[in-house]
Amino acid sequence: MNNFFTTSFLVGFFASTIRMATPLVLATLGEAFSERSGILNLGIEGIMIFGALAGFVTTYFTHSLWFGVFAATFSGFLFGLLMAFLSVTLGLNQHVSGLGITIFASGLAYYVYRAVIGSPTIPATIKAFDTLKIPGLWKIPFLGPILFDQYALTYIAVILVIVSGYLFFKTSFGLSLRSVGENPEAADAVGVDVYKMRYIALMIGGALMGMSGAFFTLAQFNMFIFDIVAGRGWVAIALVIFANWIPSRVFWGALLFGGVDAIGLRLQGTAINIPFQYFLMMPYVLTIIVLICTARNASYPSALLKPYRRE
Amino acid sequence: MRRKSILLSLVLFMVFTLVVVGCAPKETPAEEPEEGKLKVAAIFATPIEEPWDGCIHEALLKARAELDVDYEWAENISSSDFERVVREYADKGFDLIMGDAFGAEDAVRRVAKDYPEIAFAFGSGGGLAEPNFSVFDDWIHEPAYLSGMIAGKLTKTNILGVVGGIPVPEVNRIVNAFIEGAKEVNPDVKVKVSFIGCWFDPPKAKEAAMAQIDAGADVLYAERYGVIDACKERGVYAFGNMQDQNLLAPDVVVTGPIWNMYPTVKYLVESIKLGAYQAQDLKDWSMMGKGGAYLAPFYGFEDTLPADIIEMVRNREQEILNGTFRVSVDESTPKGD
Repeated sequence: MNNFFTTSFLVGFFASTIRMATPLVLATLGEAFSERSGILNLGIEGIMIFGALAGFVTTYFTHSLWFGVFAATFSGFLFGLLMAFLSVTLGLNQHVSGLGITIFASGLAYYVYRAVIGSPTIPATIKAFDTLKIPGLWKIPFLGPILFDQYALTYIAVILVIVSGYLFFKTSFGLSLRSVGENPEAADAVGVDVYKMRYIALMIGGALMGMSGAFFTLAQFNMFIFDIVAGRGWVAIALVIFANWIPSRVFWGALLFGGVDAIGLRLQGTAINIPFQYFLMMPYVLTIIVLICTARNASYPSALLKPYRRE
Repeated sequence: MRRKSILLSLVLFMVFTLVVVGCAPKETPAEEPEEGKLKVAAIFATPIEEPWDGCIHEALLKARAELDVDYEWAENISSSDFERVVREYADKGFDLIMGDAFGAEDAVRRVAKDYPEIAFAFGSGGGLAEPNFSVFDDWIHEPAYLSGMIAGKLTKTNILGVVGGIPVPEVNRIVNAFIEGAKEVNPDVKVKVSFIGCWFDPPKAKEAAMAQIDAGADVLYAERYGVIDACKERGVYAFGNMQDQNLLAPDVVVTGPIWNMYPTVKYLVESIKLGAYQAQDLKDWSMMGKGGAYLAPFYGFEDTLPADIIEMVRNREQEILNGTFRVSVDESTPKGD
């Protein structure tokens, strides 16, 4: 108990919270784009896994981390396009298309890894991102090492939260996006191209999910492993409901989950005598509690899950 | 319109399925089986990057090169598919089938019963089953103890960290041996033990390691993958596990217990060739006495570690090999300080 709540404990804890929240922020934002347009994208887990792979393999061969981030994002974009084709053009069941994409993308990632990297007994590694210290700011006591000594992708995630919030609520693009998710018939009647809007939303969403996957293999870790995403895509599906499809709340929600995850791992290190299983349970218990508290008030996009067909 | 889209989706579904099936990892690296060659198959529950299965795979690759056997493997087989895959290999006439059966133990034992003429050897916490089901396990607590001794001497803060997967007997006994080794040479040492609650989540293991480093640990035992990465970033010493992991971070990975499955595989292959195979617990073949476990080479640390530490460890190593020192097997859940 003696080393609990010391400065270094708190700095480590908050920094770790932000680190662990980053991929959740990106993935959940991606899902928010998709669902705002009326499409539930359950391909999220697979798109993240493939993004993790695409980022890793690209960086492995080009030695350029940013090229890796681009490749991951672009692969997500393409899977978004596939999802759009299945769920918008063909109007297929969104659950089935999404889960299909998850199975397809994770299988493909597995295959591509074996095909280009082979099966080494010690996994291949790359030189991952170092944290980017913001000059001047990172020296601020306490706050500096927490906020301004993070990975570049983390700063990008924060910027994307702000940009998305602006896009959703302050632009005509956002209005069209939300209208096709709420009432596509009405949107169509006033001249919004429902198909096009949904395609765009799914592609942006997919790109964000792909970028989220890249965080695992290019920043948080330096190798690709098949379980690397470990179900975090599904957490994003719950988070987007918690966040009520609002980007700023996505950010806080992801921080909350990251924080609970981080504290679970940290309290184990202290002398508090609680079986470790309880700490590891916390994020999932929290997921359930949060959903109980918020899901009933959640304002789902009304046209979610409904394929739009022009009469 | 409606009919067209159904048709289109059907076609798409078929294409999809074909692609997925086509992309499924090949279960058998093609190689023409020769007459008279012993045929060995391994079925793994995880991808072979997972160190536990990686150790078995590595030993079998070596056997293919040195013992003149055919070797085929299938990886990432889920518990629900396990029985089917094992049966397929049994039907294909393999002489020896190996793998890790922890998730599908009953199923594998059932298959073994149906093929009494085939030798089965599986990683298991349970016992052998006559006439043909042998068990093995990682018994690397001896080199874990030696690693602990070095760690106990190396720490300056007197705080060690261990990040484990799930506290099952296999994990507990190596973690406990590590702690015991550290405490033998340094009674003041405190050990922080964290579990990540799963077998393979390197980012999580890395975070757990970071937490221990933040709390003052300056030497970590990487029972799980991911810990070494944290040590590399923070510049603290690490001990690998299972495999020689020096390559991952030559500046911080001092050494670590290694599991060498080759003696087990060699023994199995030879006894099958002689027609002398029988079901048994292969535990001894995974321990230091028969070369199934050892302490990883020091590499660069050979020169930088204090000579008295190296001497101390080498002496204890010799005592274990001579059979004059026994590392105790403690399978209770390790408690941190």
